[in-house]
Amino acid sequence: MTIGLVFLSVLMAVIVWWLFRQTINVQPWQAQVAVPDVGGDAAAPPAAKMALWVFLAVATSLFVLFVSAYAMRLGLADWTPLPRPRLLMLNTALLVGASLAMEWTVHAARRADRDNLRRGLWASGVLTFGFLAGQLFVWKQLNDAGYFVSSSAATAFFYLLTAVHGLHVLGGLVAWARASARAWRGTDPARIRLGVELCATYWHYLLAVWVVLYALLVSEGVGLAICSSTPL
Amino acid sequence: MTTYVAHEESQFAPPAEVGEAELYHPKTFIGKYIWSQDAKVIAIQYAVTAIAIGLVALVASWLMRLQLGFPGAVGFIDPSTYLQLVSMHGMIMVIYLLTALFLGGFGNYLIPLMVGARDMVFPYVNMVSYWLYLLAVLLLVASFFVPGGASGAGWTLYPPQAILDGTPGAQWGIILLLVSLGVFVIGFTMGGLNYVVTVLQARTRGMTMMRLPLTVWGIFMATILALLAFPALFVSAIMMTLDLTLGTSFFMPALVSKGQQLSYSGGNPLLFQHLFWFFGHPEVYIVALPAFGIVSDLISTHARKNIFGYRMMVWAILVIGGLSFIVWAHHMFVSGMNPYFGFFFATTTLIIAVPTAIKVYNWVLTLWRGNIHLTVPMLFAIAFIFTFVNGGLTGLFLGNVVVDMPLSDTMFVVAHFHMVMGIAPVLTVFGAIYHWYPKITGRMLDDTLGKIHFWITFIGTYAIFYPMHYLGFMGIPRRYYAIGGTNFIPDSAHLLNAWISLAAFVVGAAQIVFLYNLAASYFRGRPAGNNPWNATTLEWQTAHTPPRHGNFGKELPAVYRWAYDYGVPGLKTDFIPQNVAPSDVPAEAWEKTPQPTGG
Repeated sequence: MTIGLVFLSVLMAVIVWWLFRQTINVQPWQAQVAVPDVGGDAAAPPAAKMALWVFLAVATSLFVLFVSAYAMRLGLADWTPLPRPRLLMLNTALLVGASLAMEWTVHAARRADRDNLRRGLWASGVLTFGFLAGQLFVWKQLNDAGYFVSSSAATAFFYLLTAVHGLHVLGGLVAWARASARAWRGTDPARIRLGVELCATYWHYLLAVWVVLYALLVSEGVGLAICSSTPL
Repeated sequence: MTTYVAHEESQFAPPAEVGEAELYHPKTFIGKYIWSQDAKVIAIQYAVTAIAIGLVALVASWLMRLQLGFPGAVGFIDPSTYLQLVSMHGMIMVIYLLTALFLGGFGNYLIPLMVGARDMVFPYVNMVSYWLYLLAVLLLVASFFVPGGASGAGWTLYPPQAILDGTPGAQWGIILLLVSLGVFVIGFTMGGLNYVVTVLQARTRGMTMMRLPLTVWGIFMATILALLAFPALFVSAIMMTLDLTLGTSFFMPALVSKGQQLSYSGGNPLLFQHLFWFFGHPEVYIVALPAFGIVSDLISTHARKNIFGYRMMVWAILVIGGLSFIVWAHHMFVSGMNPYFGFFFATTTLIIAVPTAIKVYNWVLTLWRGNIHLTVPMLFAIAFIFTFVNGGLTGLFLGNVVVDMPLSDTMFVVAHFHMVMGIAPVLTVFGAIYHWYPKITGRMLDDTLGKIHFWITFIGTYAIFYPMHYLGFMGIPRRYYAIGGTNFIPDSAHLLNAWISLAAFVVGAAQIVFLYNLAASYFRGRPAGNNPWNATTLEWQTAHTPPRHGNFGKELPAVYRWAYDYGVPGLKTDFIPQNVAPSDVPAEAWEKTPQPTGG
């Protein structure tokens, strides 16, 4: 649970800093004389963006807890790693590609460049579906090699972590589909742009999560690995 | 008027007028009351569902008390049924009633109104949140009717017994329960995102964070806790479901059951306990923080005095929330942990008493020399302080490892947590309903019935739980179906048990008075007007009661002051609503020379 505590400490530090800014030099009992201005709308991020960041905190909490559980289980004597599927490397590359494509799409959206926007959405979608297909294929490979989900604690965690990550990617694809539908219908460019930006943030986040998980899967050198160095 | 330092205006204020197109407009009855996206309707849906399932848990507690007070008096309660009743009572009360009612019910109703917003920022997501909650409740109810019945694993669902043969409901009941919890967490996350983002982004002009009523602060911080803690429940529910269905061994060690070696091996039951209590302890404060906030507002309003130490109250809420994440293992002192580990968790646990005591002092100091009106909401608020302090003090006992060890599996613990997170929050719920019912329905609840309800509930719960502490000291174990045939238990203990049961029946029956009051006052109650309590917060300043769709009139209110301008020195009227500008307070309202409020 140390990992969980570190995550929470960071989060609490952010909240304390934020609350400190709200309370320092403020005397709440004093009334305000002038008519309160309409605040600068530009200063505030759109609600959807804020909501996404809050959601990412929740998702991080989820992944941190899974990894904590994994780290606690790892310490027990009967931990038997499974072979490392080589395909994971390719899948990682696909997800990196999807993330880059998303970034490119955001730039296209900011320039209101409709053709490149559509191309970018296409590319990121295809790459992401490729990643998911690749993950499923890894499961099939492991399954064929006799590593079922219930074979050992290591396989159980392998399937669990990849499944949870995959489901989050799948959820992202729903948002991607909505953004794409908007881009093809050609509605309000500001809304398209917001949708694409949100997708991009989420894709980068999922990439970061995957990189951490991938590192855990293959980190045999530091003794944290689910997979041994034997390739499959 | 003297001029004095103004606040910086809220940076994130939305424009005062909202275009017609931006509001969601229901067209049919179904759109308005069933598939509604209006936070106020969703709040009532949440509250009604939560109270309905809470009544099921109340009946479960009656049946348990029947068995404990008069063993064998009811034929159909066998040991399995008893365990199922215990489990379902706990699970429903903690999660499906209190969490849903405070956050889904009061959160939805009060947040948009109190921050001066038209609705939650994502009304559609809000609606889905309720329907997922309803689905979770229905799954839970369904688990009563599957073969084997509901799970009898206790509300903590400890493996390995939770999913082993011999525990009631180990086949289907537990699966439905785990799925139900998963659905609940997903639904709650949707609602929780809404509450947090609404507080952060949708506050009206002039509503700085430091002018929010403490109710909003309590619900806001509790929501953040819940968003971070519920994933732990989700994780443990998923992993246990996999253990049960796919035969993985996350929590299940190698074991022999009924003479057969099971296929599990190498799992760690303690891992579950860590995950569960990582959720379970913040859950206490997910329930308590909204209660803290609501009680602060009730006390300030009904004592006509500004809350003492507003900023400290906000900081105390934050500190309690933060600390609640690093005390979870005090639920596991008996699991055989490293003494240094236990020492650490005992220390953090006791430290929580500091911010909590700050809050209690501030409530008492708010009452001091206030103009106390003993209205029904105020009675409940004061009763909350008593009960929370009582329950909190026994918490200091149990927070110490050496004291906890012998008491851990006794009725003392039952008495402790019922006082602190059962009775205390429920008293707040009642107080809050008596306080806000006039706004929700436009009619006052009957005062006499309210007082009858209060006194029976308040005195009755003490009649139940005070003696239970003694039973615990005697060593009466909890979770036991029957305690007959044990020499160290004197006859007087059985007498006490019977007394507790009788008190429980009376308290339970008193809730019928409350339900009758709710129903009857809806039709026949005295019309409330817009602001029956002369309160300052924005929900009482709406043009219509109950507030219409969109909450406020054409223009959102602008906020000039905090929520606690009661009994302002030198002012003849004893309150100034938040949306009244200093220049709108007429000069003749001041007794002598105009002076700034407070300061």
